[in-house]
Amino acid sequence: MSREPVAVVGVGQTRHVAARRDVSIAGLVREAAARALEDAELTWTDIDAVVIGKAPDFFEGLMMPELYLADALGAVGKPILRVHTAGSVGGSTALVAANLVAARVHRTVLTLAFEKQSESNAMWGLSLPVPFQQPLLAGAGGFFAPHVRAYMRRSGAPDTVGALVAYKDRRNALKNPCAHLHENDITLEKVMASPMLWDPIRYSETCPSSDGACAMVLADRAGAARSPRPPAWVHGGAMRSEPTMFAGKDFVSPQAGRDCSADVYRQAGIAEPRREIDAAEIYVPFSWYEPMWLENLGFAEVGEGWKLTESGVTELDGDLPVNPSGGVLSANPIGASGMIRFAEAALQVRGQAGEHQVDGARRALGHAYGGGSQFFAMWLVGDRPPDR
Amino acid sequence: MTATPAPGAPLSAPLVVEFPFTRSLGPVQSAFLTGLRERTVLGVRTDAGTVLVPPVEYDPETAGELRDLVRVAPAGTVTTWAWNPAPTSGQPLPTPFAWVLVRLDGADSALLHALDAPGPDAVRTGMRVRIRWAGRRSGAITDIACFEPCRDAPGEDWPRPHSGRFDDPVTGFVAPARLEYTYAPGRAQSAYLHALAERRTVGERCPSCRKVYVPPRGACPTCGVATAEQVEVGPRGTVTTFCIVNIKAKNAAIEVPYVYAHIALDGADLALHGRIGGIPYDRVRMGLRVEPVWTDDGRYPDHYRPTGEPDADYDTYKELL
Repeated sequence: MSREPVAVVGVGQTRHVAARRDVSIAGLVREAAARALEDAELTWTDIDAVVIGKAPDFFEGLMMPELYLADALGAVGKPILRVHTAGSVGGSTALVAANLVAARVHRTVLTLAFEKQSESNAMWGLSLPVPFQQPLLAGAGGFFAPHVRAYMRRSGAPDTVGALVAYKDRRNALKNPCAHLHENDITLEKVMASPMLWDPIRYSETCPSSDGACAMVLADRAGAARSPRPPAWVHGGAMRSEPTMFAGKDFVSPQAGRDCSADVYRQAGIAEPRREIDAAEIYVPFSWYEPMWLENLGFAEVGEGWKLTESGVTELDGDLPVNPSGGVLSANPIGASGMIRFAEAALQVRGQAGEHQVDGARRALGHAYGGGSQFFAMWLVGDRPPDR
Repeated sequence: MTATPAPGAPLSAPLVVEFPFTRSLGPVQSAFLTGLRERTVLGVRTDAGTVLVPPVEYDPETAGELRDLVRVAPAGTVTTWAWNPAPTSGQPLPTPFAWVLVRLDGADSALLHALDAPGPDAVRTGMRVRIRWAGRRSGAITDIACFEPCRDAPGEDWPRPHSGRFDDPVTGFVAPARLEYTYAPGRAQSAYLHALAERRTVGERCPSCRKVYVPPRGACPTCGVATAEQVEVGPRGTVTTFCIVNIKAKNAAIEVPYVYAHIALDGADLALHGRIGGIPYDRVRMGLRVEPVWTDDGRYPDHYRPTGEPDADYDTYKELL
């Protein structure tokens, strides 16, 4: 039996900010969920099941969010599931929800992810003082920076590329009312002049710490037909994992990421991603990950990703706009960041992205990764129902 | 560490994970906890008209947003109970007490708390109890010290309307979360640690792919098979990649800037991490040959320093970044 086509009929986000002291975590997720329902013109009773994701428990000290948040998400009397895949969780949560519709288990599913970093201990949660083990000497950026240097060595990319990505994403964020950072006076010179934290990563090339939530309503073909606004159709979705550390692990271009994108393109019938995909929302926590992931995702040959960035291809008005929303570099509620990528891809093909809309976007990629490049989740959405 | 293990025995040690977490309360919980500080118990009226105590922000049946706060009585009726003969630290009372569910007059749901009673014979379902307030109240559930038996008849004029507004409301609190358990690194890592004590670095070779894992974890994550063959690696190695750390991490004693590097010890098939010293930070490069520098009290090398050998050729370590 064929799969049921899956459509995104509602998207809701909070305005991501440094700290939401005015709401509880329940109030925060509620805001995003209510906006997604409003966008879909549906009510709580229309929802058959809820799939929720968040960052690891000790990031916020919130154990069993599915229990605490069931009332706020209207889950009473319905199934509620929680998904758990570190920083990629927003993406894999959306895929679990999509699979429930594709398998005809449920017809209308609410999926949601969130993070209140202002109330978290993310750094501590990441680097526990485990007995006998050598402590991590360098913090989160210190984990990523050596991989960036490895990429620069391998590709021969000029050292300005990271700043170009940050400058682009922060300018895109000015067009996105939900983005956390709105740096109205941003210039390339300011990015270049920002302090070098973990050489080769500058301060302005790192993501902020944000509070926020993102929700989507996913529906079957009948639900899409009733949708008041154009739906986004899921043409392909995949998840892959690999160990955080193993002999032969390629941190610059992990095998799991290559396999995951290849699976998505196969499902969607895409032979040339660079030509056939109109926009991409890619999980870029440090600016250099844009060129790295462009290669990993098959948009560029190995060693060539930085050329797309440098030549303006990834700008909002370029040939392949990357992170028109401003990306993770402009808003990073960790647990929600992956779902924001998926939701922003959906907004693009629905023509609902507002000021940061890519003209004529018909196919868009949403990408998430996490856990020391251990987990990958991606989907490809289009403006037409899948024909396969 | 626990008692000194026999030579070569697997290690174990206690691990305590404890962090303080901030919680913003939102409008309903803020009113409830501030009310307790003012000896006022608030509930919330649901869409169906029932009164829930403690109050919730969203209706458990309709999912509607609930904001209609009401005040309920400080006395109520026990709906069920369990005797606690041996209280542990952190529980509401140090002496044996009853856990009770109390439906306060005016409420339709019951609140869990402790009842101070001389023994289980003094407790029964349906008995009347009232709140014993804590002497110092801060806007927390512990502002109710416990419940105590009383003879008050059920109040008729509850619940009463309440705006939920107070001067100087409590808007958040900090709650610690704590996990305490025994950490055992297992056979392979214990052997690695015992060798480190002799300043030797010993990994394990996968019988299938022949890769040498340092530190060893007892199994190859790629092949999924157990590893047993021990292989001494190093002590020299190659810097495969690195970053220059310019910001001081919390609790770190090292002065910035310093170099944090991935180092492939000779004979190892993946890099480990370490600090580079004995060379200006801006002269460290990929391919630099290094050796460990030990201190008397360290389990691991304090840092690595240049050996003076010529740099390794990129092709020899490009798979080990």
